[in-house]
Amino acid sequence: MNLHAIKAIYLFEMARTWRTLLQSVVSPVISTALYFIVFGSAIGGHMAPIDGVEYGAFIVPGLIMLTLLTQSISNASFGIYFPRFIGTIYEVLSAPISYVEIVIGYVGAAATKSMMLGLIILATSTFFVNVRVDHPVWMLGFLVLTAVTFSLFGFIIGIWADNFEKLQMIPLLVVTPLTFLGGSFYSIDMLPPFWRSVTLFNPVVYLVSGFRWSFFGVSDVHIAVSLGMTLVFLAACLVAVWWIFKTGYRLKS
Amino acid sequence: MQPILRVENLSKVYEGGFTALRDVNLELRQGEIFALLGPNGAGKTTLISIICGLVNPSAGKVEVAGHDIIADYRAARAQIGLVPQELKTDSFETVWATVSFSRGLFGKKRNDAHIERVLKELSLWDKKDNKIMTLSGGMKRRVLIAKALSHEPRVLFLDEPTAGVDVELRRDMWRLVRQLREDGVTIILTTHYLEEAEEMADRIGVIRKGDLMLVEEKTALMRQFGQKRLTIHLNAPLSAIPAALGGHGLALGADGRDLVLSYATGAGEAPVSNVLRGLAMAGIAYNDLETHQSSLEDIFVELMREHA
Repeated sequence: MNLHAIKAIYLFEMARTWRTLLQSVVSPVISTALYFIVFGSAIGGHMAPIDGVEYGAFIVPGLIMLTLLTQSISNASFGIYFPRFIGTIYEVLSAPISYVEIVIGYVGAAATKSMMLGLIILATSTFFVNVRVDHPVWMLGFLVLTAVTFSLFGFIIGIWADNFEKLQMIPLLVVTPLTFLGGSFYSIDMLPPFWRSVTLFNPVVYLVSGFRWSFFGVSDVHIAVSLGMTLVFLAACLVAVWWIFKTGYRLKS
Repeated sequence: MQPILRVENLSKVYEGGFTALRDVNLELRQGEIFALLGPNGAGKTTLISIICGLVNPSAGKVEVAGHDIIADYRAARAQIGLVPQELKTDSFETVWATVSFSRGLFGKKRNDAHIERVLKELSLWDKKDNKIMTLSGGMKRRVLIAKALSHEPRVLFLDEPTAGVDVELRRDMWRLVRQLREDGVTIILTTHYLEEAEEMADRIGVIRKGDLMLVEEKTALMRQFGQKRLTIHLNAPLSAIPAALGGHGLALGADGRDLVLSYATGAGEAPVSNVLRGLAMAGIAYNDLETHQSSLEDIFVELMREHA
């Protein structure tokens, strides 16, 4: 294993976070704080508790998940797309480094950044609402699993995209709507039966549900189902990345 | 002695059917400078890209220091440094950070002393904390070379390294390349400046339409294909070449004031002394002599024309 190379890619990617601290960290934290103010404090004060959890606290796992998904995807997709765009990818592809090591470097850095943000948002939420974490190990487990899975997904988008529009297309047109409709701000039990059934086809439901269970011990679907669905998506992303490197798709001719 | 680079029956057909390389065979010795010449689209960059792992070969085999570039890619690639043709650099990183990154990427432990030495050799030391975006094109080219040398490669590919750079940088690069050769680094150079290849290379390869037509020692190539021309400026014009000078292969200039003798570079002194002796015997006076030796560029142009 070329540990020096993994470290080089990881630190190179993390350096971009520190260089663009305002964009990378401060901006998502402020956006999420606004959600807490509007949905948690202002509107939430007029909402009845859901499954015995105050509405302001109820949305915390969903908001963290929203940031985790969007940031994992955007960090990882940009991380691999930009070297392709400016041509510096030649150096990574000609280095004595395996595909697995390349993925660990890029995806590891993207996942680290989004997990940092997730934890910062969790800390921020305590200023606005009373939040508790019943199963901290599970919470961290879901945090890591989701960040890695969606960073892999972002890596795939970064390889697939051949312009900046495509880079933004999936996160904006697919991931964000799925997250908003995936129970981030409500329990899917609140939906009519038909829409509840439709919602079960949304993979984000399982992520939010499992993550929320780790906080409050309540969930829309069983924790095992949440975990299973997340692992299925992780496996699908791993297979796609394996295929990309096996075929050299968009990387080698 | 084992070659540092061995290419066997290498072919590349791109999707769409374009054949970029046809059955290329090549062996390079450690510590030589090899100039790969060819017109645009000849296959130079494809050959380099396959060896460096950027393009998949369609057929054939490549070994670097005895390591197969596919089966044993880690060991093979660790030996190679690549300076690409285009200026592909980061913008927001500092010179120091990007060169250090390259060293790590190639699996080498941090070594600040080595990075410092490379930056100093390339006159980049005072720019080490500058962001790359603030550098001139020539300086960015130096950064690319520094990145390629950061992991101490045994084989260095310079793909059009002096394209668009000023004379000073070109001379600096030549000096560096010679120094690297003395240190045992094998250098593969592609260039459009044939005087550069003539000045630097130990051996020359000529590639055209994916065929490596010729690989030859530079001096042997110059001797084999080179021509010399002797021009004799006469005191008085001649209307025709005198019979006494027949058989020397002389030609008369347009105004009758010049006699021109063309002969092979490796022919020695005989043709010249024979003609001069003939002139003396025929009583033809001359006031000046001028010789011209064909350059690598002349030879290259001639080879391209022959195989067109």
